[in-house]
Amino acid sequence: MARLNEENLERARRLVAVYPEPRSALIPLCHLAQAQDGWLTPEAMEDIAGLVGVTPAEVHGTATFYDMLHTEPVGRHVVAVCTNIACMLAGAYELLEHAEDRLGVSVGQTTGDGEFTLEEAECLAGCDAAPCVQVNHRFVGPLDPDGFDELVEDLRSGARADEVPRHGILCRVERTVGLLATDPTGEAERHGDPAAGGTAP
Amino acid sequence: MITEAAPIVTSRMGYDDSYTLERYLATGGYDGLRRAIALGPDAVREEVDKASLLGRGGAGFPAGRKWSMLRKADTSYLVVNGDESEPATFKDHLLVERDPHQVIEGAVIAAFALGVSQAFVFCRGEFALGLERLQQACNDAYAHGALGSRIFGSDFSLDLVVHPGAGAYICGEETALLESLEGKRGFPRIKPPYFPAAIGLYGAPTVVNNIETVSNLPWIVLNGGAAFAALGQGSSTGTRLFALSGRVERPGWYELEMSKTTFRDLIYDPALGGGIRDGGELKAFIPGGVSAPWFGPDQVDLGLDQDAVGRAGSMLGSGSVVVMDDTTCAVRAAWRITRFFARESCGQCTPCREGSGWIEKIMRRIEEGNGREADLDLLMDACDNIAPGVSWPPQQTTICVLGPSIPSSVASGIRMFRDEFLRHVKDGVCPMRAAR
Amino acid sequence: MSAPEPVHVVVDGHAVEAEPGELVIEAAERAGVYIPRFCYHPRMEPVGMCRMCLVEVSGPRGFSLQPACYLRVAEGQEVVTGSPKARKAQEGVLEFLLVNHPLDCPVCDKGGECPLQDQALSHGPGESRFVEEKRHWAKPIAIGPLVYLDRERCIQCARCTRFADEIAGDASIDFAFRGPSIEVSPFPDRPFSSYFSGNTVQICPVGALTAPAYRFKSRPWDLEQVETTCTTCSVGCRIVAQSSAGALVRYLGVDADPVNQSWLCDKGRYGFEAVNAPDRLRNPLVRRDGTMVPARWHEALGEVAAGVRHAHGTGGGAAIGVVGGARLSNEDAYAWSKLARVVLQTDSVDAQLGDGLPAELVLGLPRATIDEASSARVLLVLSGDLRDELPVLYLRLRAAVGRGSALVECSPLAGSTSTLATLRLAHRPGEVAQLVAALVSHDAATDVAGVSADELRRARDVLDAGDSGRRGSGVVVVLGRPSLAESADGIAAAAALLRAALPAARFLPALRRSNVFGALDMGLAPGVLPGRVVAAEAASWFADAWGAPLPAERGRDAAGILAAAAAGDLKMLVLLGADPLADFPDRELAKAALEGVPFLVALGTHPDASSAYADVVLPVSGDAERSGTTTNLEGRVSRLAAKVIPPGTAWPAWTVASELARRLEADLGFDNLESISEEIERVAPAYRGVSPELLARPGGRDGLVVPLGAVPVEIGRRAAARRLDPMATPGITATDEQGAPLRVGAAVPLGGAGDDAVRSGDGAPPRPGLLEWVPTPAVATAPRLDAYSYRLVVRRSLYDGGTLVGASPSLAPLAVQDVLAVHPAELARLGVAPGEMLKVRAGGREAEVGTVADDTLERHVVALPANPGRARSDDGTAAPSAASLLVEAGASVTDVRLETII
Ligand SMILES: Cc1cc2nc3c(=O)[nH]c(=O)nc-3n(C[C@H](O)[C@H](O)[C@H](O)COP(=O)(O)O)c2cc1C
Ligand code: SF4
Ligand code: FES
Repeated sequence: MARLNEENLERARRLVAVYPEPRSALIPLCHLAQAQDGWLTPEAMEDIAGLVGVTPAEVHGTATFYDMLHTEPVGRHVVAVCTNIACMLAGAYELLEHAEDRLGVSVGQTTGDGEFTLEEAECLAGCDAAPCVQVNHRFVGPLDPDGFDELVEDLRSGARADEVPRHGILCRVERTVGLLATDPTGEAERHGDPAAGGTAP
Repeated sequence: MITEAAPIVTSRMGYDDSYTLERYLATGGYDGLRRAIALGPDAVREEVDKASLLGRGGAGFPAGRKWSMLRKADTSYLVVNGDESEPATFKDHLLVERDPHQVIEGAVIAAFALGVSQAFVFCRGEFALGLERLQQACNDAYAHGALGSRIFGSDFSLDLVVHPGAGAYICGEETALLESLEGKRGFPRIKPPYFPAAIGLYGAPTVVNNIETVSNLPWIVLNGGAAFAALGQGSSTGTRLFALSGRVERPGWYELEMSKTTFRDLIYDPALGGGIRDGGELKAFIPGGVSAPWFGPDQVDLGLDQDAVGRAGSMLGSGSVVVMDDTTCAVRAAWRITRFFARESCGQCTPCREGSGWIEKIMRRIEEGNGREADLDLLMDACDNIAPGVSWPPQQTTICVLGPSIPSSVASGIRMFRDEFLRHVKDGVCPMRAAR
Repeated sequence: MSAPEPVHVVVDGHAVEAEPGELVIEAAERAGVYIPRFCYHPRMEPVGMCRMCLVEVSGPRGFSLQPACYLRVAEGQEVVTGSPKARKAQEGVLEFLLVNHPLDCPVCDKGGECPLQDQALSHGPGESRFVEEKRHWAKPIAIGPLVYLDRERCIQCARCTRFADEIAGDASIDFAFRGPSIEVSPFPDRPFSSYFSGNTVQICPVGALTAPAYRFKSRPWDLEQVETTCTTCSVGCRIVAQSSAGALVRYLGVDADPVNQSWLCDKGRYGFEAVNAPDRLRNPLVRRDGTMVPARWHEALGEVAAGVRHAHGTGGGAAIGVVGGARLSNEDAYAWSKLARVVLQTDSVDAQLGDGLPAELVLGLPRATIDEASSARVLLVLSGDLRDELPVLYLRLRAAVGRGSALVECSPLAGSTSTLATLRLAHRPGEVAQLVAALVSHDAATDVAGVSADELRRARDVLDAGDSGRRGSGVVVVLGRPSLAESADGIAAAAALLRAALPAARFLPALRRSNVFGALDMGLAPGVLPGRVVAAEAASWFADAWGAPLPAERGRDAAGILAAAAAGDLKMLVLLGADPLADFPDRELAKAALEGVPFLVALGTHPDASSAYADVVLPVSGDAERSGTTTNLEGRVSRLAAKVIPPGTAWPAWTVASELARRLEADLGFDNLESISEEIERVAPAYRGVSPELLARPGGRDGLVVPLGAVPVEIGRRAAARRLDPMATPGITATDEQGAPLRVGAAVPLGGAGDDAVRSGDGAPPRPGLLEWVPTPAVATAPRLDAYSYRLVVRRSLYDGGTLVGASPSLAPLAVQDVLAVHPAELARLGVAPGEMLKVRAGGREAEVGTVADDTLERHVVALPANPGRARSDDGTAAPSAASLLVEAGASVTDVRLETII
């Protein structure tokens, strides 16, 4: 199930072509795989290894370095509560406790229905809206406990589906212009002549 | 007193659609780039030199000097650092989400001045909305002719790639960022070479500039370096985007003229921080991100000035000010910051990997009331083994300066609030919590 | 080229002249100052991660703490390693390392030889102030078949991961996660199964990586050790053999600069287990009423002598054949070579089993050393897969490609060198000579042997660019036996063409079996005599030297001997540690020979399929049980040292020869090893000057390339710095001086004669000249492949069905399966799913075998392993392999048809 599908393989090849060296596409490809499956499956890691020319162990080793890449399944909604200094001073730990109670899981766990994974985040650069909360990397804070409950309801009911796509979908805007438009192989770019490219079709 | 300088990087924040190409063009967008092209690369570099624009990423290195160090080579790169993860820093987040074209225009100007034909904007992965807006802006900029081949009809061509990070603070460190951009773990590179300008991305000369740094460029080119340098004083020129958080009434971002404004202004001015939350007392503040040593009320009248803060024993760093009030437990605050470093250490260097974890455990023990008096000396000595001398600017036993950032909070806490630490030890409980 | 200007630095007050670009840690070491370290390894790129080597170094802005393993020397630099500040930093790092390191030293394999322990003592704070809970991980996990990982003990030095990536070229382990959670990890559920995995265990500076073969076997203080040479394959890696309580427990690689540079393959490293195997032959066995019964030596030798007399009586010396010897030491091989010629009166001796190359070709081509190959501008590889056949040579050549050597691979099969190759010429099996003819002719206009004219042209350009005519920097041809399904004629013809077309090129013969080169050098091949001479020219000189007439006629090679035995023309056959049933490509012939010969004698260490046919079985000493010398593929003679005593009454093979001669009223003229060495030095021209004394000198410790003078003897090539470093190869630093005794219990003092001049055998009569191979290039036309057939390649694998693998518990499970590799499209065409059985027919022969899909194959090519691992029946005999059933000895190619089994 979890190999990159044809469409995503094609996207992956385009991403590889964007960079002067294939390996640079490794992380974007991991995001792509997460967009497909919600997490980074072993099969996808093998595909990525092949696409960028490293070993699967290197993809795994690199991916696990990064907090956003999950090599185990996570919920449709990854709820991240920042508890770093600014948020802590605004009651983040209290909010996190509430979140654990409300979702019935502790930090790092996923609810039985696969809807929510709760994470304790480091500073998310939203300290002016502390305590800061993200769902699938979309800012939804500041939240008080009531706001949190409301959020959970909304997410369950799909009321925020536009604002918060399911986990793994990060950037819904694709690179549509530049060299790729005319030169999907990236050859021109690699040989240092951006002029060979073009602007939007 | 706050000076009323016109905003430089936040001029469009009043518009709901500030991030669109339409709004950007309607508010003078890409005029700086057109002018830069008319001036030519040498003149642009000269203006930036004149502006004395200090890097806004944390180290405060003059952008013009950094550019002049770019080794001559067939291929060189520009990388814009938008990994913003220093706790309490949220200015680049704002710039990416609300004015992405300004970032792109700045990057194109920098690339033009440097003669670089390939640029990357490394954007923190957790900024999903920012990534979308930045990628959209990039697409639009290509369509508009501000990116791609023969920009605005000139001979200059540039390809710009928006690259998403994946969640690791250390990738803000410029050499870790380059490793990450090469598709590897974010292990900072060992120095020498000291600057990516000599050996950077794929071994080629590379300039790494912060998002806010490049966001200043359109204005500087349009208004001239001298106009920029006329703001602020000494080496701290222009305005700067300060991120204020913690126990203040009005946390948020404020673009302020450097030097002329003081921490007191920032924290207490009703138009800015609005004072301590719930009418409390200022206990301490961090002047420039959690890597920086803390200041007490005594230093609140210092100007927002890189050199002045440096002389006082800390740094303006990423321009983020965290305010602690009299309800804040110093031990807990220092513990939380240490825990951050322990989680974010890349794991290469023994002192950082093991030291951060150990110090965090000791701090937690003290905070939970299980500390010993000897722990304070032990903490200081462990800090000394990471940053010999535990002074500022720090010496280090590690590859990058994440290591010597670990002691900042711990040592500040112990030095400034020794009694509070000892009360935790003696009473077996946090005095703040006990009071509550 | 003039030497670069030295850089002057001062280390702890000692002035040091350093090479430009040298690391501070190395310069300091030469000044006698040891700087503690963990991650630094002299054979890998520095990473400066562990921070143990922090020292104070002067710079433009005064002194600062710098990692000595990463910083390069600079003119005028001052280095202070023991200042209070440096000491504090070092102690700090050590304390940090111990924060999470378990204190389970008493049950840790590394305890007692652990750099972390040692440096904690020498550079640590003396006590830990850590009272918190340590980090916990699941205790050791098997990350591969030969490696356990205990993550709690890991200190994240990245030595293992760097080895896998940088040296072995297969990053199948890597760091995963981050910060305090960082761990070494293979890809989930994919074992770390590298041929070189044991090196990671050897260089791990703590007990994080351990190997099943050594786990809980011994403690360092119970170990005895000796430096010797690995005889698993013909690379001849230098090793230390360690024993405890009289049993071998571990081999470790020694940093021999010209050879293995401290690395070993896992087969070499763990094959010692075979020496300890319970089924070792302990006593002579003789056949009584059809069954083998133990006998005394005099009894057994008496029977052999009687057999010789009978053979002489019925057919003369020519009725005796001797096959094998490639696993013997040089001294053993010499003794048997001499015995065969002067006592058995036969020239029908052959150390190869129809699976090698003609002796004249091997001995008579201008030979390259490994170092020369590693610095060649172009490597032309015509051999089997080098990683499978000669693993450490593969590492050396891989490094050479990394440094810029071009590699042109000519092979029908893709393999380990394919990814290194600048160009890969995938020719049709059996058509290597046609390919090479086109390659050297400059005028290939059409496809040849399945290779396009364009590829040929490009290959030719690469060769031309490399063929500068200068020695050691031009073209080196690696010449092996790529497939056992075709005769050696093709490769021989290719070699002849290359020899003529590229007169400056040198050749590295890639024969695999342990001491095959020593055996050939000692004359264990028909038509050649000890010291690389042609029997036809040197026979009378040797008759004088040996004081006995030599057989007048050139003898048969292995194929000829077996054919004669099968035809009833042979009266007696001696197997010198050889197992033709497993190793000779044509099993039908081998079996007929063993059944057809009236009297069969087998010398060996373990019982095998062929010795089951023997009338007399004689147990001989094996690896690490015998002293002497061995000769590797470049002609490097290095010493073998005994560490343990052979089981039962096993004898060295030379003693068997000498005693057998005595039974036959002859005297070989020696009764100890030294007298054999002396005689070899005296009579074998290529070995002139190779004396025990010279081998014991510092410059000879890594062995000497024969003939002497071929490569200058450099004294002290194994840098002093490396010997000092207890971290480079933890576990063997205690081998003082790393010199091996030549005889058990009698170490030859180091130093030997007073100078390094080579002894020239002055006063001795002029000796015969060295053999030179003067071929006449001729290429037969390649047999055509009909549309319904596939051409078979029979390739070797590192883990085969041989005795060494089978008798080593660590390795036995790794032996390759007997499966036919077929292109998936062809399998589909046949309607066979991968894994299903097929019937394979070659002429009148047939075999049934399982299949595997392999899309790297050409569509018309199928491949089988030579001597795969096979299930053994109760009597210890293994089922015949498919390849051995299909291949006909001497056939130029083996074409097969595939049929489904209904
Ligand atoms: C641990 C660490 C984290 C850093 N994080 C950031 C960051 O998030 N964003 C940033 O722009 N610079 C960061 N820096 C500074 C960069 O290394 C680099 O100095 C900066 O991007 C250069 O840009 P500038 O000259 O425009 O300031 C960090 C440095 C360190 C040591
Ligand atoms: S100091 Fe810490 S974060 Fe920096 S390289 Fe070393 S281990 Fe990594
Ligand atoms: S940092 Fe130098 S030996 Fe590890």
